[in-house]
Amino acid sequence: MNASTVIFYILAALILGGGILSVTSRKIFRAAIYLLFSLIGIAGLYFYMNYEFIAAVQVIVYVGGIVVLIIFSVFLTHESGKDMKKPAIGRAIFSFLATAFAFALTMSIIKKQEFIPTPNAAIEPSVSNIGTQMLSTTQFGYILPFEVVSMLLLSAMIGCIVIAIKVKPNTEEIIKGHELKVPDEIDEPINASL
Amino acid sequence: MLSAGLIALIPLLPIFCFLLIALVGKNAFPRFCGVLGTISILGSFVLSLIVAVQYFFQVGKVNGVYQQLMPVKFEWLQFSPNVSIDMGILLDSISVMMILIVTFISLMVHIYSLGYMKGELRYATYYGFLSLFTFSMLGLVLSSNIFQIYIFWELVGVSSYLLIGFYFDRPSAVAAAKKAFIVTRFADLGFLIGILILAFYSGTLDFQTLITRLTTPTDQLNAITSASFMGMSALMWGLVLVFIGGAGKSAMFPLHVWLPDAMEGPTPVSALIHAATMVVAGVFLVARLFPVYSLSCPSALDVVAYVGIFSSFFAAIIACTQTDIKRVLAYSTMSQIGYMMFALGVSGYGGEHGLGYMASMFHLFTHAMFKALLFLGAGAVIHYVHSNEMKDMGGLRKLMRVTHITFLVACLAIAGIPPFAGFFSKEEILQAAYQSNKLIFVIAILTAAITAFYMFRLYFSIFWNKEYQSHGQEGHHKEGTGSMLMPLIILGSLSLIAGFVPFGKLVTSDGKELLTEFHITFSIAPVLLASAGILLAYSFYKTENAKPQNMADTMKRLYKNAYNKFYIDEVYLFITKKVVFNLIGRPAAWFDRNVVDGTMNMIATVTEKTSYSIKALQSGKLQQYSIYFFSGVIGFVLLFIYWWK
Amino acid sequence: MGIGLTQVLFVSVALFFIGVYGFLTRRNMITMLMSIELILNSININFIAFNKYLYADKLDGLFFTVFIITIAAAEAAVAIAIIINLYRNYKSIDIEDADTMKY
Repeated sequence: MNASTVIFYILAALILGGGILSVTSRKIFRAAIYLLFSLIGIAGLYFYMNYEFIAAVQVIVYVGGIVVLIIFSVFLTHESGKDMKKPAIGRAIFSFLATAFAFALTMSIIKKQEFIPTPNAAIEPSVSNIGTQMLSTTQFGYILPFEVVSMLLLSAMIGCIVIAIKVKPNTEEIIKGHELKVPDEIDEPINASL
Repeated sequence: MLSAGLIALIPLLPIFCFLLIALVGKNAFPRFCGVLGTISILGSFVLSLIVAVQYFFQVGKVNGVYQQLMPVKFEWLQFSPNVSIDMGILLDSISVMMILIVTFISLMVHIYSLGYMKGELRYATYYGFLSLFTFSMLGLVLSSNIFQIYIFWELVGVSSYLLIGFYFDRPSAVAAAKKAFIVTRFADLGFLIGILILAFYSGTLDFQTLITRLTTPTDQLNAITSASFMGMSALMWGLVLVFIGGAGKSAMFPLHVWLPDAMEGPTPVSALIHAATMVVAGVFLVARLFPVYSLSCPSALDVVAYVGIFSSFFAAIIACTQTDIKRVLAYSTMSQIGYMMFALGVSGYGGEHGLGYMASMFHLFTHAMFKALLFLGAGAVIHYVHSNEMKDMGGLRKLMRVTHITFLVACLAIAGIPPFAGFFSKEEILQAAYQSNKLIFVIAILTAAITAFYMFRLYFSIFWNKEYQSHGQEGHHKEGTGSMLMPLIILGSLSLIAGFVPFGKLVTSDGKELLTEFHITFSIAPVLLASAGILLAYSFYKTENAKPQNMADTMKRLYKNAYNKFYIDEVYLFITKKVVFNLIGRPAAWFDRNVVDGTMNMIATVTEKTSYSIKALQSGKLQQYSIYFFSGVIGFVLLFIYWWK
Repeated sequence: MGIGLTQVLFVSVALFFIGVYGFLTRRNMITMLMSIELILNSININFIAFNKYLYADKLDGLFFTVFIITIAAAEAAVAIAIIINLYRNYKSIDIEDADTMKY
């Protein structure tokens, strides 16, 4: 029982505890924060396994991006205040039993499996190695998926904007109409609240 | 001899005419269809005349015996290499005689209808149906095998149905057509079973082969006479059942109920179908199978004879009381066909014994002439008076001269007064009856007397009795157009001379010549009795008096029963309504509605309820779908890991 | 007892099924999205663990993880956009209310 084992168990408890609390919490903000803890725990696990680059990417993208995005969406849909409804009890029990059974099944298969590590020399997952391999066109090169993912990100961006755009009614009338319509708010005093 | 193609044209001309009228003529040239029909029948008649002349006087006779010729024969349906149905045309004495009669009477009726049905709305349809009927009848008499005759038998029934129900806006006409069709169809069931029995045992459907196999000592004859069922041999069953079919078509008791009602059709139709041609189909059928009847199963022939004489007497009694002139003529038809039937029934086969057969065919020939004449004359009278009842007529002798003379000629012929045609044929029938069965002879002579009585009752009631008062219809005082009078004159002259045809030389049971002698006893007695009948009718009906009513009052019970046709129709109605409908029809309907339909409904309801209960699977809710998906994946994983070997 | 592959896989599998439970149970669409993020993260742990313990001479697992993180981010963004659009039309982000594609 050395320190690394203890650290691993603490990280595992953080990950799993955060996950469980996230899926069972009744308040939405708390669920988001528990998710945040779980993700940070996962980043810690990556650090523990000496994959610092991935841990950093995890923190930047997931914690700093996606959780923030989720919190923004909670605001936009005005769900922040009240508690969420509990799920139907039948469904909860059935889902719990199904997932528990599937978990037991998977673990039993894994326990039976004998994992043989490769006898080759290990490569160090340093940033330079990662970069070289990612941008190389020869063996183990990941340049093609890299480019494709960048196109995917572009299309996702455009898609999000198009899906979520709100067309203002005033601009429609101005575009359709012949004469320039003066909007009504001009007559009211402008609130310099910004 | 004419080529097979031209002989085949005899029945084919009318059917082509029917198709032409039905498909094209009805819409394109409706008024011309009458002439078209007449021309096609004229063609058939000319061809029949040529065939008759050639057959009877040139080629038909070989060694003094008239042969059976088959100019057309082709295989129609093959059941197995040995058993097949061949269709063909069979020419022998009776079929040549029949095509002559059918085409001639049909021609007369076509010409008559040009005037009678003029102005009718469905004129073209009428001529189409007439052509269809003529085709069916010609096919019937020219059939070479028993299955073909059955096909044409049914066709004739259909044509009769169409023509009786021609005025379909009248409910009585529709009911009469249905009655005719159903009664004859019911009889045809017996006919079909008879055909099947005969065909099964003799192994063939062809007339020539069938007759040979069942009249000469062959294996088939042994089989059919030894197999018996409820006391009668299979042969007797077969023949009696075939006769039942014939009895239905020929209106023998008790299947006669359709014939009086069939008078709802137009009068020329009654003349053609229900007097001269279709109703003799039953007689023709028995004559066709006559060798089997007389040589192999004489007891079946007894059945024919007794049914025939009973129907004849029965109809004569009823005819004395009827007031509708067409009904009187219908019952007289039934009576005369009874004569033909029992003449066949008392006949033997070959030589002297075959007198009944020859007499029956002779009577068929002459009867066609004068009965058609009677009906056409009645049609002229009805056309003039616009009513069927005797009480609306009377004193028409001055107003309808040609009709009067020809009607008188026909009445004298049917009463059997020499030298008109009916005398000769009736005399020979009575002679044949005397030779074999005295009881039948006595009843036949009595019936002859009654026939004379009621026919002259009819004649005097129409043309003498009282002065004619037209009931307000001042439309036409003309007797009828030339096209209506010409057939009357032609038929009247033929009724005069047809008796002198030497029938014994032409049509006999075995094809050989049969010379008949002139027996005074048989000629005098019936003539005397007939004259007595005529005198009785003269005294009762020539002038209006109370004698008929007095006589009816003295025989009140008998008169009432006869007037109501002995309540046979009521018996039929009782059987169908109370017995068949209640005991058979109702349970069957209940079964059909509840069990059969119930099963279908149940299947539909079960399907509907199942689909409603499964409907919830398609709820549109994403989480439910994912639960099903997830459970399914786990299931498949378990399946493939643990049970898939 | 050192930390072997089995222990790390235990964490990964448990996190996966926690995410599945959340996906099947939660009624709010945004919390369903959070559950999906948990599932994706468990997959990332899986890839990294296999890369470290079984295939230490290659970096394939790491690259897969990078791409999965990228795509998860893009997908979360699109999902949020859809949820916002749904909220505008139906005024609710309860998954039980989005059932118009039914019988």
